[in-house]
Amino acid sequence: MSAAAIGKDLLGLEHLTPEQITLILDTAVPFKEISERAIKKVPTLRGMTIVNLFFEASTRTRISFEFAEKRLSADTVNVAASGSSVSKGETLVDTARNLEAMKIDMVVIRHQGSGAARFLADRIQSNVINAGDGTHEHPTQGLLDLLTLRERFGTLSGVRVCLCGDVLHSRVARSNLWGLQKLGAEVAVCGPRSLLPNAIDELGVRVFSRIEEAIEWAQALNILRLQLERMQAGYIPSLREYNRVFGVTRERLERAPRDIVIMHPGPMNRGVEIDSDVADGPHSVILDQVTNGVAVRMAVLYLLAGGRPELAEAAKG
Amino acid sequence: MADTTATPLVLLRGGRVLDPSTGLDEVGDVLLRDGKVEHAGGSLGEVRRDGDLTEVDCRGLVVSPGFIDVHCHLREPGREDVETIATGARAAAAGGFTAVCAMPNTDPVTDNQAAVGFIIRQAQLAGAARVYPIGAISVGQKGEALAEFGEMIGAGAVAVSDDGKPVASAQLMRTALEYARAFNIPVADHCEEPTLARGGAMNEGIVSARLGLKGIPDEAEEIMVIRDILLSRRTGGHVHLCHMSTKGSVELIRWGKERGIRVTAEVCPHHISLTEDAVEGYNTNAKMNPPLRTAEDVAALQEAVKDGTIDLVATDHAPHHYDEKEREFSDAPNGIVGLETALAVLVTHLVAPGIISYDTLVDRMSCSPARVFGLPGGTLRKGSVGDVTVFDPTAGWTVDPAQFRTKGRNSPYNGMSLTGRAMCTVVGGRIVYRHNA
Repeated sequence: MSAAAIGKDLLGLEHLTPEQITLILDTAVPFKEISERAIKKVPTLRGMTIVNLFFEASTRTRISFEFAEKRLSADTVNVAASGSSVSKGETLVDTARNLEAMKIDMVVIRHQGSGAARFLADRIQSNVINAGDGTHEHPTQGLLDLLTLRERFGTLSGVRVCLCGDVLHSRVARSNLWGLQKLGAEVAVCGPRSLLPNAIDELGVRVFSRIEEAIEWAQALNILRLQLERMQAGYIPSLREYNRVFGVTRERLERAPRDIVIMHPGPMNRGVEIDSDVADGPHSVILDQVTNGVAVRMAVLYLLAGGRPELAEAAKG
Repeated sequence: MADTTATPLVLLRGGRVLDPSTGLDEVGDVLLRDGKVEHAGGSLGEVRRDGDLTEVDCRGLVVSPGFIDVHCHLREPGREDVETIATGARAAAAGGFTAVCAMPNTDPVTDNQAAVGFIIRQAQLAGAARVYPIGAISVGQKGEALAEFGEMIGAGAVAVSDDGKPVASAQLMRTALEYARAFNIPVADHCEEPTLARGGAMNEGIVSARLGLKGIPDEAEEIMVIRDILLSRRTGGHVHLCHMSTKGSVELIRWGKERGIRVTAEVCPHHISLTEDAVEGYNTNAKMNPPLRTAEDVAALQEAVKDGTIDLVATDHAPHHYDEKEREFSDAPNGIVGLETALAVLVTHLVAPGIISYDTLVDRMSCSPARVFGLPGGTLRKGSVGDVTVFDPTAGWTVDPAQFRTKGRNSPYNGMSLTGRAMCTVVGGRIVYRHNA
């Protein structure tokens, strides 16, 4: 197979070029149509073996990857940390080497440690796709967010996007930040300072302390999930107050000077970072994000497997 | 001496004899007899061979008082798989160290006189660099009850420290500084405010923000630095601050010294040669505590070594098993090996760029540690202990951890080209290491 246009692995968006990111998004467009068919399957990755190695609980991302793999006819195996040799104390590198010894082609990894996907990619021959590593990156989520915004605005250049909430602990925020900046969007963050990285000012983003200011400025809000354990760890006083001060509510959006596209990577805490009538409202693209997730992951699998981007239209059969 | 054991004589011939403690700097000879310095300085000509004479050709080399590392982790007892006192003492000798101080965070902890005695015995059996035990400040290093300083000092300990852990309780630190005064020993503190540092894996800054790793802010160190300095002022006790890593700490130490407070401080070779950028790619061999900081911190620490605000260089040699470092960054243990690269890192990063002279290097590696910790050596004065380091200041080499004497392979300098290496290490008038010999 030819060398992939996006490299051996997809570990994050920070080190991709704008051209590579655009290539993935462009490739996702034709693949999106496959999922609209009655028979949602093409033979593109027939004979390839993909392991979904999930050390952290995940429903949405794992299922999305699995659909993407199956719709491209790959053989897939799901390995969860609990019930596997991992729970018996096996190291990450041993787990990976054992899988590779069974002759696989790709690993999709979700892990609680930042850098875990890179660690694996440096040590095995198979392609590695990062499905979320600690608080580092979640590149396919970033890509599906970019695709969703591009569908809405036609371009990302100059679009004003605000990432709201727990940027400090969010891998989604980091992937969004790199991807948006590379494609020319204006990026802001908004949240309590205790949930923003101390060095946020060095990341080339606008920082809003109040959600009202963010709403005044933004064309799109990507509302990050507030992990409930952050309150227990003392980063914020209470979920109730978080909603009162930082929550994206209908009342606040109604005062905005324009319609604002509402995004959320899920799973949502309704009534905390986002109110139900916003999540279910007319400007929410949250379910489009989910749909685009499958298409983007199909594109990534296809490109990493050495598929030629110009043949993506034909590859969908 | 009995005729069965001829008087051992070591003659270090023709080197640049450099001893800041006496102001000596001339090409000449050093003669050691019966474990002591008999002569250091001008050329001796013919030496009467009234015993077993070993002559070492030192032309082109520097001959200095033996290097002393006041901060290393030899892992025995408890983790003999990663280092023993014997392998650590041999690694020290290979790095040009004639003596090292062993931190007490072993298993069990060195918090009583019997444990101190064990280390001394193992070091004698090793017959390489001297090993001086450092006793724990608190029983089990738990930060609660004071350990028995008096008995530990009596058994041969040279200082107390809970290194590896901070002394979280200011009251315990105060008591330790007061109690230590009776024995005139330093209380060495690992400065880390635990609630600020908790869960941190690297320096807090732009790199940690990008890599998604929890950061340790400068203030975690600096808050404890100023606390310790103020407690030293209150008690009159000698506080020694371990492995300083920030520009702010340097400023605080300067503040303390200007006021005559009994504070001394050390810096590690890695904190004056590497920055947080070394973590890029989640390199676990760049993970240590305190973490690598920024270029601004490195510059401030280099300046502090030069002007003496930082008294001495210590390695914080911390071997770990390969498997423990070969894992996800946040789960990997802190620490790197340093005994066999310290000299070369200082020559390459401080002497070669003209920041310090060899004179200052020898002072910070030998004279000053001896002075601060009250140890024998650190001088070539006639009659003093025969601990001498001979090093080649121009030898270039590429770091290959597989060649180390230490069992540890966890070095951030792996593959780097450095200049300067120990050629011959003499402890008590006996050669314990010769390069390529």
